Amino acid sequence: MDPATLAPMRDLTDRALDTATARGASYVDVRIVRRREESISIKTGRVEGVASGTTEGIGIRVLVDGAWGFASTNRLDIADIERAAADAVRIARASATALRMPVVLDDRPPAHGRFETPVEEDPFAVALETKIADLVAADAAMRRVEGLAFTESLYGAQREWKTFAASDGSFTEQVVTHVGAGIEANAVLGDDHQRRSYPDAGGGWQGAGYEYIRTLDLAGRAEPLAAEAVELLSAPQCPSGRFTIVLDPSQLYLQIHESCGHPSELDRVFGTEASYAGTSFLTTDKLASSFRYGSDLIDIVADATAPGGLGTFGWDDEGVEAQAVPLVKAGIFVGYLSSRETAPRIGRQSGGAMRADGWNRIPLIRMTNINLLPKPGMSLDEIVADTDDGLYLSSNRSWSIDDRRLNFQFATEVAYEIKGGKLGRLYRNPTYTGITPEFWRSCDAVGDERSYRMLGTPNCGKGEPGQTGHVGHAVSGARFRDVQVGVGKW
Amino acid sequence: MVTGHEPDALLAMAEAVLGHAERGACTEAEVLVMAEDSALTRFANSEIHQNVAESNVSVNLRFVVGKRVAVASTDRTDREGLRALAEEAGAMARLAAEQEDWAGLPEPGPIPPVPAAFSAGTAGATPELRAEAVRAVIAAADEQGVIAYGSFSTGVDTTAVANSKGVRAAAARTSSQLLTVSMGPDGGTGYAEACAVNAATIDAVAIGREASAKARASANPVAIDPGDYPVVLEEVAVVDILDMLGYLGFSALAVEEERSFFEPDRRIGSDLVTIWDDGADPSGLPMAFDFEGVAKQPVSLVERGVCRDVVYDAGTAARAGVASTGHGLPAPNPYGPFPVNMLMAAGDTPRDSLIEGLERGLLVTRFHYTNPVHPKLAIVTGMTRDGTFLVEDGRIVGPVRNLRYTQSYLDALAGVEAVGAERRTLKGFLGGAVAPALRIASWTFTGATEH
Repeated sequence: MDPATLAPMRDLTDRALDTATARGASYVDVRIVRRREESISIKTGRVEGVASGTTEGIGIRVLVDGAWGFASTNRLDIADIERAAADAVRIARASATALRMPVVLDDRPPAHGRFETPVEEDPFAVALETKIADLVAADAAMRRVEGLAFTESLYGAQREWKTFAASDGSFTEQVVTHVGAGIEANAVLGDDHQRRSYPDAGGGWQGAGYEYIRTLDLAGRAEPLAAEAVELLSAPQCPSGRFTIVLDPSQLYLQIHESCGHPSELDRVFGTEASYAGTSFLTTDKLASSFRYGSDLIDIVADATAPGGLGTFGWDDEGVEAQAVPLVKAGIFVGYLSSRETAPRIGRQSGGAMRADGWNRIPLIRMTNINLLPKPGMSLDEIVADTDDGLYLSSNRSWSIDDRRLNFQFATEVAYEIKGGKLGRLYRNPTYTGITPEFWRSCDAVGDERSYRMLGTPNCGKGEPGQTGHVGHAVSGARFRDVQVGVGKW
Repeated sequence: MVTGHEPDALLAMAEAVLGHAERGACTEAEVLVMAEDSALTRFANSEIHQNVAESNVSVNLRFVVGKRVAVASTDRTDREGLRALAEEAGAMARLAAEQEDWAGLPEPGPIPPVPAAFSAGTAGATPELRAEAVRAVIAAADEQGVIAYGSFSTGVDTTAVANSKGVRAAAARTSSQLLTVSMGPDGGTGYAEACAVNAATIDAVAIGREASAKARASANPVAIDPGDYPVVLEEVAVVDILDMLGYLGFSALAVEEERSFFEPDRRIGSDLVTIWDDGADPSGLPMAFDFEGVAKQPVSLVERGVCRDVVYDAGTAARAGVASTGHGLPAPNPYGPFPVNMLMAAGDTPRDSLIEGLERGLLVTRFHYTNPVHPKLAIVTGMTRDGTFLVEDGRIVGPVRNLRYTQSYLDALAGVEAVGAERRTLKGFLGGAVAPALRIASWTFTGATEH
């Protein structure tokens, strides 16, 4: 869909806006979304999945008597759009029969403009055989190592064309492109199964073009990665106890995602996700009381303008302009991810975090790019060199956190012993656990710009019906003291 | 059901796409058409805050040229959209690398109808009907002085499959789910859920009262030290065990890749543990055939504690030299086949007697955010949620704060001491699950939280 084809979209969005308004809606917003996806998966040399997909449709969200309704259809003809708009109004009226607090939106100015993800090499223009060959080469390089049970190599790209219009006159167009790729080596011996993945478990993802995939050098990293998976089978079990740990960016990004990103979502705080994902310990009284979330080194920002992030856009799905919202400043909790409905309840304007997973889902408060800002001083390597005795944990393997985002437990694919400032032997099956604010307060070193990189999570789940979000996390690695390592019976 | 989403209409669409593929010189092709007409009313803080409806049709074309396979999908279902789909899939297939062990698409076979899979009432459910049920849940919460959160979903899924070998399958099925979390003023929370083909069988008042009563009962929970405790797991918690074992081990692909705990005749549970998958069982959320158009076969997974079989799709079956059991997911599918209709056999222990058998242990309503720590050993971590209680001398003493566990689900099955006589139909990962409550000799809790 090029800009020329976007023009007729206004006719469709106008029809939806007019129909819903005529039927009694006090506010309407409409998104027409076309999403194109492509994926390649290779398993142990077998080119198992070569796939592409296109989905397009319209989602219409209305406010009637202070209550929400939403209807969507994949049929972009006038009759079906009018039917969906009427359905949305009828649904809103049903919502109004069980309403206690009518919705009030903040008064952001109408949005106008166009945004496009900067792309150097269009991933959909790169020849399919080139993309397959790049993955096959990486997969073959892993399989040169003896002792693997199976390997996986993955590539994916997604482009979304989105037209947003609202009854306040807003009209925006966006073209957002995301790409990702990764490799994974699996070794099995008896009841033991060890895995190593690169660049991250599930692949590395960015808002970019195929140039990002080329920077990963999957084939070049494959063989040592596979060798380490096999080596883990004979590595000792990670010890249990209280340890100093250094988290590689490939683990730290998910720590931020789970223990800062999700609890900062203001809809969770207000209970609107309570029946599914849960609530949040970051209640609004903690904002008023300058709650100490972490040590002085912790600066976390939700930045929808960060280059390369999966959470980078021009406007959110309520037409709020992308912005950088501080969540934690010098360790103090200072802000939330918010929406036009939730922000006024704490006396603020929306931070622009409403995002929908396609045309057939309503926008929810989602992470944008939740970044732990680097600290001048030490690189990640220098943090290791500065550590006498500890563990270096890399590449997430498992994650879990309670329904208020306090008690977490993570497993990583590998731990390296740190002795006298140097990385030593491997340990298998590392786990660590803690309570969110205690953990972040124990941080005494954050890496500087030299190891700061943008990572992405393309599978963040939230909402009913379920939505999958693409969110970004820029991190540089960090050190934490006195952390409980080694959980359970092995 | 939206006009044009009837099984026959979708099958006609599948055959039209098949024609495009055959004219595009495929050597084999498979078309999967899926229509979804669903709605969900969500409530929080005892009011409806989200209320959505969706109508969609997606078409999935698996295009084969020799041993080169590609899949393209679209939800653009006009003539031009379907023709373009075939063109795109064909072009991709010709560029794809060969799958040396490609064994072909499934052959046609008889597909017995499963009328219990569809309810006209659910298919025609209105926003007003869902709102009425939600108001009943909220009223039950109001009576108990607690706040209601939850959702009520109703929907019809219509699926049609046609392939170039003659497979023709089409059917509609419905599902509905009402779930609620009640939250009290003193930190108490409770959960209840019902799931059914026929939404009219869901008793919203009963669901609301069950969750609200539990929220009251779990007020002011006290801290308890982590450690090993005998437990009674209610049905919702047991479904997590079934789903996780289905994901980790009861798939032929997991066995093929050596990442499964499954070995034929291996004992993984006590004699009381019997688990199977059956797409025709009316007590679950039935479906007649899988996404490759193969009739669902009942598969015994665990019989009296002993591993019996795993589920197959066409690819894993061909490589193993057996027939597909009808457990394929939409192509391309790197995850392999999945048992989407799992059931666990009921026992003979009344619900109250499960608890009476605990000298000192915990009653767990459900789990939260579970994730495998060591897949092959089926070691899983997660939290308890929405009602965890200390039991002493067979009586509930009071609520406790939520705990983290790190537990092998295989060891848990081996420790099953008693199985509840009643079962519940609940939503699982991908389909329905039917599970009883269990009493288990030991469960390893490894941490605690503040609520």
